[in-house]
Amino acid sequence: MSRKDQLFKGLIKKAFFASIPVMLAYVSIGITFGLVVTASGLPWWFAPLTALTVYAGASQFMGAGMLASGAGIPELAFLTFIMNARHMFYGISVLDKYSEAKKSKAYLVFSLTDETFGLVTSMQVPEGQNPVHFYTVLSALNQLWWFSGCFLGAILGKAMPFNTEGLDFAMVALFTVLLVEQIKQVKRPEPYLSAVAASVLAWLLVKPENFMLVATIVSCILLLVFKSFFKKTYADREKQE
Amino acid sequence: MSRLLFGILAMTIVTVFTRAIPFIVFSKRDPPKLLIFLEAYLPPVLMTILVLSTFKSFKIDEAYSQIPALAGIIISGALHFWRRNVLLSIAGGTVLFMLLSRLL
Repeated sequence: MSRKDQLFKGLIKKAFFASIPVMLAYVSIGITFGLVVTASGLPWWFAPLTALTVYAGASQFMGAGMLASGAGIPELAFLTFIMNARHMFYGISVLDKYSEAKKSKAYLVFSLTDETFGLVTSMQVPEGQNPVHFYTVLSALNQLWWFSGCFLGAILGKAMPFNTEGLDFAMVALFTVLLVEQIKQVKRPEPYLSAVAASVLAWLLVKPENFMLVATIVSCILLLVFKSFFKKTYADREKQE
Repeated sequence: MSRLLFGILAMTIVTVFTRAIPFIVFSKRDPPKLLIFLEAYLPPVLMTILVLSTFKSFKIDEAYSQIPALAGIIISGALHFWRRNVLLSIAGGTVLFMLLSRLL
């Protein structure tokens, strides 16, 4: 085996081990997604196809729900944008890491999910490996896990449709998990208070189908309006400490 | 059928757009301060709203119907604070939700 082959084998192996936590999450949530898709009356191929093209878990769940219940394409596109607007901030944080990439850059950008972003920004690149190659293989493995889960779940749901009522709660549980992760990282009350206040307002004032959008916009307004005020209180508190 | 394919196409284009735009816009210059401010706070805001959107159709006179979802969220959250194991947290909340929504 040539040295180049050996290096490549090492790269695959290292990236595989790095991707194991994502594999566990993606395969199980992917299976859930496949089951939810078939249970909602959509054709089974919706799950693996969206895993290849959209490749954004929360949006796929939302899209499946909206398309199954007859929502319009413009509304779907707009809510997908709202849901994925956070990706714009991931990109900003890896601009530097991905700047060296050439051929694989388009794929690295396409496959920048929450979990891949988490790995890329928190993992050390193994010694002797080209960082861009490592990130590329890692990103591709993650999508392979997601695709496998979605495919498996869809086939399973088609073969033996069991009572999956309530299984789509896994998505709410996933958001709860991600919220806890946020609480562990962002230890300030403003974003949570803004979001709760905006949600109550949206619940009182608008129809359920417009809830997400209105709550998000009101939250951003609240954050921006109180930005200077928040800054002042924290500056004071830091001074005291 | 074609409606589904158009839906998938729209979601794909929008998602790629949200992932690509920083690389297009900020390849040469630094992001503005306002964006950096929102960058820090938008993820917790969005996660809070996503969790609360479970109750978007909530009506006060049918409050009991929300018990399974509320219990599921509390258990998932508590499990995650305790063990920080993604699979355990998701499975715990979902199983409880499915059980309660069949029993109640």
